[in-house]
Amino acid sequence: MSLLRRRRRGGQDHEPGKAEEEEKKPEQRRAEKKKWSCLDSCCWFIGCVCVAWWMLLFLYNLMPSSFPQYVTEAITGPPPDPPGLKLRKEGLAAKHPVVFVPGIVTAGLELWEGHQCAQGLFRKRLWGGTFGSVYKRPLCWEEHMSLDNETGLDPPGVRVRPVTGLVAADYFAPGYFVWAVLIENLAQIGYEEKTMYMASYDWRLSFQNTEVRDQSLSRIKSNIELMVSTNGGNKAVIIPHSMGVLYFLHFMKWVEAPAPMGGGGGPDWCAKHIKAVMNIGGPLLGVPKAVSGLFSAEAKDIAVARAIAPGVLDQDLFHIQTLQHLMKMTRTWDSTMSMIPKGGDTIWGDLDSSPEDDYLPSKRRQNATDEAKDGSSEPKRKRMHYGRIISFGKDIAEADSSEINRVNFRGAVKGRNVANDTCVDVWTEYQEMGFGGIKAVTEYKAYTAGDLVDLLSFVAPKMMARGSAHFSYGIADDLDDPKYLHYKYWSNPLETRLPNAPDMEIFAMYGVGILTERAYVYTEAPWAECQIPFRIDTSASEEEEDMCLKDGVLSVEGDETVPVLSAGFMSAKGWRGVTRFNPSGMKNFVREYEHAPPANFLEGRGTQSGAHVDIMGNFALIEDIMRVAAGATGDELGGDRVYSDIFEWSQKIKLKL
Amino acid sequence: MAAILRFRKLCFLEPSSPSSCNEHKKQTTKRDEKKMRENCDAEEDGLRKKGVKEWRCIDSCCWMIGLMCTAWWLLLFLHHCMPASLPGAEPPGVRLRRQGVVALHPVVLVPGIVTGGLELWEGRPCSDGLFRQRLWAGSFAEIFKRPMCWLEHLSLDNETGLDPAGIRVRASSGLVAADYFAPGYFVWANLIENLARIGYEEKNMHMAAYDWRLSFQNTEVRDQTLSRLKSKIELMYVSNGYKKVVVVPHSMGANYFLHFMKWVELAGGGGRGWCAKHIKSIMNIGPVFLGVPKAVSSILSAESKDVAFLRAMAPGLLDSEIFRLQALEHVMRVSRTWDSLVSLLPKGGEAVWGNLDWSPEEDHVCDWGTRKYQQQLKTKGNETDGRHSFQVQEPTKFGRIVSFGKTVPSPDATSSKSNALCGKVKTEYDEVSQEKIQKISEERVYTADTLLDLLRSVAPKMMKRAEAHFSHGIAENLSDPKYNHYKYWSNPLETELPEAPDMEIYSLYGVGIPTERSYVYKLSPQGKCRSIPFQIDSSADDSHNGCLKGGVYFVDGDESVPVLSAGFMCAKGWKGKTRFNPSGSATYIREYKHIAPANLLHGRGLESGAHVDIMGNVALIEDVLSVAAGASGVELGGDRIYSDIMKLSEEIKIHL
Repeated sequence: MSLLRRRRRGGQDHEPGKAEEEEKKPEQRRAEKKKWSCLDSCCWFIGCVCVAWWMLLFLYNLMPSSFPQYVTEAITGPPPDPPGLKLRKEGLAAKHPVVFVPGIVTAGLELWEGHQCAQGLFRKRLWGGTFGSVYKRPLCWEEHMSLDNETGLDPPGVRVRPVTGLVAADYFAPGYFVWAVLIENLAQIGYEEKTMYMASYDWRLSFQNTEVRDQSLSRIKSNIELMVSTNGGNKAVIIPHSMGVLYFLHFMKWVEAPAPMGGGGGPDWCAKHIKAVMNIGGPLLGVPKAVSGLFSAEAKDIAVARAIAPGVLDQDLFHIQTLQHLMKMTRTWDSTMSMIPKGGDTIWGDLDSSPEDDYLPSKRRQNATDEAKDGSSEPKRKRMHYGRIISFGKDIAEADSSEINRVNFRGAVKGRNVANDTCVDVWTEYQEMGFGGIKAVTEYKAYTAGDLVDLLSFVAPKMMARGSAHFSYGIADDLDDPKYLHYKYWSNPLETRLPNAPDMEIFAMYGVGILTERAYVYTEAPWAECQIPFRIDTSASEEEEDMCLKDGVLSVEGDETVPVLSAGFMSAKGWRGVTRFNPSGMKNFVREYEHAPPANFLEGRGTQSGAHVDIMGNFALIEDIMRVAAGATGDELGGDRVYSDIFEWSQKIKLKL
Repeated sequence: MAAILRFRKLCFLEPSSPSSCNEHKKQTTKRDEKKMRENCDAEEDGLRKKGVKEWRCIDSCCWMIGLMCTAWWLLLFLHHCMPASLPGAEPPGVRLRRQGVVALHPVVLVPGIVTGGLELWEGRPCSDGLFRQRLWAGSFAEIFKRPMCWLEHLSLDNETGLDPAGIRVRASSGLVAADYFAPGYFVWANLIENLARIGYEEKNMHMAAYDWRLSFQNTEVRDQTLSRLKSKIELMYVSNGYKKVVVVPHSMGANYFLHFMKWVELAGGGGRGWCAKHIKSIMNIGPVFLGVPKAVSSILSAESKDVAFLRAMAPGLLDSEIFRLQALEHVMRVSRTWDSLVSLLPKGGEAVWGNLDWSPEEDHVCDWGTRKYQQQLKTKGNETDGRHSFQVQEPTKFGRIVSFGKTVPSPDATSSKSNALCGKVKTEYDEVSQEKIQKISEERVYTADTLLDLLRSVAPKMMKRAEAHFSHGIAENLSDPKYNHYKYWSNPLETELPEAPDMEIYSLYGVGIPTERSYVYKLSPQGKCRSIPFQIDSSADDSHNGCLKGGVYFVDGDESVPVLSAGFMCAKGWKGKTRFNPSGSATYIREYKHIAPANLLHGRGLESGAHVDIMGNVALIEDVLSVAAGASGVELGGDRIYSDIMKLSEEIKIHL
């Protein structure tokens, strides 16, 4: 109020009618003028900005909500009906209850108990949402997001738990949808919360530990049973995404296993409760990205960032050490190890050959346009060795296998790092390797999928000791071996049988047409204290237009994260028909969605995207899901729908079935 | 800073101020400066006279806003810098945890009417963009943006009491459903936070959210809410090492859970003994077991104390037809489609709520300012003589829940015909003839028994729909097979408790706040579009005994629920082995005396006894936490009583 008064007085003094008076008292006026100097101008400026902002906001709110849509339509023409509306007009209605199983990273985590520094964050999201606390208190955040290094469970005094309900993973961040589009379309044909369930779980934990700590698997079981019984016995349609696919595989084994280790549902639980499992972008055989993530906490994006601004990530100046912190945190997450490539050389290829050897990024597009040219114009190119998932140096990546001289790293003596003490605050297991260990790793030169597990056990023994108690990466010789009753095999499709449910259907739905990381060229990092000793060699690129090697990363067909091989192989071959992995012969379908980037900025993330997460907004995929949820079978959908060479590649894989 | 300054000059001063003057300023020596400046000022002045008009007003405005913004940001910044918790009382969770109290029994929270969130799943075109947004609770932004649309979506179908065609509004689920009613207005949040401190999390804490607009049985028919609750309790029981659950219903949730217990054993497939097996105790917070008089006034005239008070303060506002707002009519139209309201009508009739001349609370002292509780009076001895004589005065007739005052305006026969003009807001009153209304008001007095007849005559459709789901009487013979029907399940006077001798029932409620008990009505002044013919006579005040104020009689309670309704069942109806409690489950009464927050910093208070604010009452939270961690009612200290509930209960003579 006093402000007002002060202002008013000032205003009166300056009123034009009293200008004559003012001229009589120049001193007084001068005093006034001085007041209007710095602070006032500042206030004035802020006021101006605020007013302008409010005006804009007001105008924005006045704008009818359909306006952006109107503009889009004016530019791109009328959009297609969303699938929900379209199918509703066709008369489809909700029938089977639907269960969503979110993947790694996309689901929210919230704080239930924390240290002093996390005060006021009770039941606030630490993961997902706005990520506000990352910026405000990064170290505190990291501390709460990390798990215990020994047990893989909560550190003492910290409880971070998954968000429950559909909100857990409908949006990852404001405006960045994950499941929201699918949920909205399902709602249009009559779904609501009694028929839709988000099976959220703590994606940092190993799968069995989610049951041990949170009883997540029991909750899923109970909810599916409830939904089936309250919806007139209609079996559930399960829609796992990404790592959720592995999680649900684990669940299906768990639920039928007897009580202490399993859920005690009995041998026909899946047959009684599940109509179809519609895997979206499932890394059934793992993803090479997981390796680079565990090995050097980087992926294509980080390698590119490093190439553009070499200094930033490696700065010791500010003691930021982002990557080291990231590595320290992610290495406590057991779940990342569930996605290490499985099946070894048999699936992923050895030093000389891999199923995808003949892949050319431009080939398929050419095929589509003019198939006649194909035979003659096959470029004489160096064969890419996709099997060497990690190779040290570009020459190794391209050399013939006979030229590579490998020195076995297994059993090499690790040296002690002298400078260890200075970087204790960002502890990664690399500090215990010393020079000897690092040298041994580089001497081996090329690592195939089979060597990877050993490599990781060598560089991160503690992590892998924890992980190998929960996950396995091999191929079973004899599935009758009683050791396969242990839960660590349940999430590996090559070491478990599908449940005995002949009527159940499995869909592998994934995007194709995007280059996806498949193998890496590594280099030793310039030595510095507290550094991660290996990094992707971003200088390794091929000049030729048709090459897949770029910035140290070899790419193949996929959905940007999961290569086609991993997402499609099981449904294309491993489980097709009656095999030893699928003894009851349940039907498998491969549904691929060709990636078409959004035509313009206004379309957002596109309605025909094939990218790993954006595919959840793909209208064709949503339509398929809704048809199945409303009762259609895979054959009614049109069976397989394939754009890539998945069947050809699968044939090359010699796996006893 | 300098850049800003220059920018400002550029915008406003530069065009009119001569640049030469500025240059001169710089060049002149100090000696000349004064003279020079005067010159310059004069020069500028002349020019400013023109410029002044353009910039001064806007400029001042901007300046003001800028200053306010800056001050606000500064405050905000300081607020953020402040440590998150002011050094104050230690939260009960922390204290109990230090004493070694840890999570043991799973906890189920059952919210009451109004406090649970509702969200939109399918709507009319006007609700575009609101998919899965909250219509009820949260920010309530939609009321202001599109009120009619909002009302339309919150209404239920008038015939079936279920969704209208094309609209699906569903209860929010999860703890967020009722942790905060509006931003900053906690309901369950305090309790949840304290439970979390002793180790609770979502695997052993569940919010049994349901659509509180529906009748209880319809929540099962439409949403399978009861089945979901059953499955959830069973799951929590198994996955927490076979520990029985502690159920914490609030307000109407207490009735809902009563309904659930009958449903689960009779219709839900749980079988006899389900409750005994799964439930450790039920801690009813502010339960409305026997209904609330407030429900009567809100059905009859869509108003309660607050509205009547508002009307007294600003007589024209609510009744004005100028804006065609008709807020009350809209509220009435919508709320009459909610069956659950009928579950809150007073139950037990005259036997419980009193008749024309008698009521259990009749010698209640209404001197709220200096009110002392009976026990305290006794201890203070001779000092109390004066007050005793006070009580001897003519008893207040609380039994007359609705009475019509002396002023009955003469009927205006013509006005009823003009209703067609304002047909936009149709309430059932439009179908009630003027003569009937006249007759109703001539009847003068309604007790809990005759009330139902009154409501049946003024709201026939609603009562017909809802009375298929609720009953308000007292059972003569509980073994009569008709009591297996679900409409009796939520009335404690017409059902037996399940056979669970180890189960404990608590009644936790606040006392010490005047609570509506009965009303003085009058006929509304006739107007063109006045479709609610009755309103509370806010001019009716009682001078000799403070019980009547603004047309409302008050008794002791928690502001919404009178002590009688919240406490009677645990104090007498279920105490020991009675016909309503055949297995003799233990009952406890825990009253919390209302102490208003001392200052603003305390927010809604740590010792409040008000109906909703009691959820932040430290003593109550401690009780709930202790029981959840395994304590029994005896260990808590048994009954804890401040009010006259025991005496009141004695007055009520019903066959037990």
